[in-house]
Amino acid sequence: MTEKRITIVEKIMDANDRLASENQRRLDLENIFAINLMASPGAGKTSFILATINALLDQQVKIGVIEGDTAPVTIDADKIIAAGMPAVQVNTGGECHLDAVMVENALDQLPLETLDLIIVENVGNLICPAAFNLGTHSNVLISSVPEGDDKPYKYPNIYRGLDVLIINKIDLLPYVDFDMDYFRQGVEMLNPGLVTFALSCKTGEGLDNWLTWLKAKLL
Amino acid sequence: MHELSVTESVLEIACKHAQEAQAVRVTDIHLVIGRLSSIVDDSIQFYWNLISKDTLCEDARLHFTRTPAKLVCLDCQHQYQLVDELTPCPNCSSARIRVLSGDEFHLESIEIERE
Repeated sequence: MTEKRITIVEKIMDANDRLASENQRRLDLENIFAINLMASPGAGKTSFILATINALLDQQVKIGVIEGDTAPVTIDADKIIAAGMPAVQVNTGGECHLDAVMVENALDQLPLETLDLIIVENVGNLICPAAFNLGTHSNVLISSVPEGDDKPYKYPNIYRGLDVLIINKIDLLPYVDFDMDYFRQGVEMLNPGLVTFALSCKTGEGLDNWLTWLKAKLL
Repeated sequence: MHELSVTESVLEIACKHAQEAQAVRVTDIHLVIGRLSSIVDDSIQFYWNLISKDTLCEDARLHFTRTPAKLVCLDCQHQYQLVDELTPCPNCSSARIRVLSGDEFHLESIEIERE
């Protein structure tokens, strides 16, 4: 019997990361821009996707949506399909996040050759989705006013990996104690200079700035 | 958070390397976890005891090394360590800071027995 120590140094998330790269390669081949949309439950992810779809309807932008949920429901996917775009519902079976395998399977079910943009609606959660690369091009977080201004301080990891931050439900600012300066300072410490759009999916205020950013990515 | 899938990954990586090294048993596994990685040691240990049964890694001891998080100020280049929560630069109070390290999460080494 001999004993031995073997040095490995292998990233635990390596298998997921490799699959994520493969997903991205596949998206790039089809010239599709893909977004990983994250938020806590009720921040307005589905409303935001619907507002984006409706605003781009007359511009010939074809959008596919992957809806992640922890329960076997199709509420969100049904809304997207009713809006005229293809959607796949992924039931994570209780898992708190989407991972690269789930996205790979969902991509198989979408008509990739016809799409310009894919929005992946991650499971409503501010912790776990941050740890799993999906192979998308941009990480977008929706933080909504009623959630409170302390979220960057409480959930730092998700803010650090972002490419875009959406502050949703700004129409509620007069009714909620939300200190925008405090919120933004927290974000700045985690992700200096982060591209941020404050908007309301309900009133449509501020949506134009987001759409301008998005359209530039689709060129 | 999602410690089960993470623990499965640890098992998979450890077993793969143990097989390559023709081990009959893995006795110890050394994991490095950055201060900013939201991984709970106890939870990994709990799943480990369940899923490592009947594998090369059964009864292997898990060792966790926590590495600190280092930050740098983008305005004055001062480097400092994260203590509790995120704070502006202690040198110049700037909020423009970047995380240098603390995200690590890897399997560093295993200790095995051979025939």
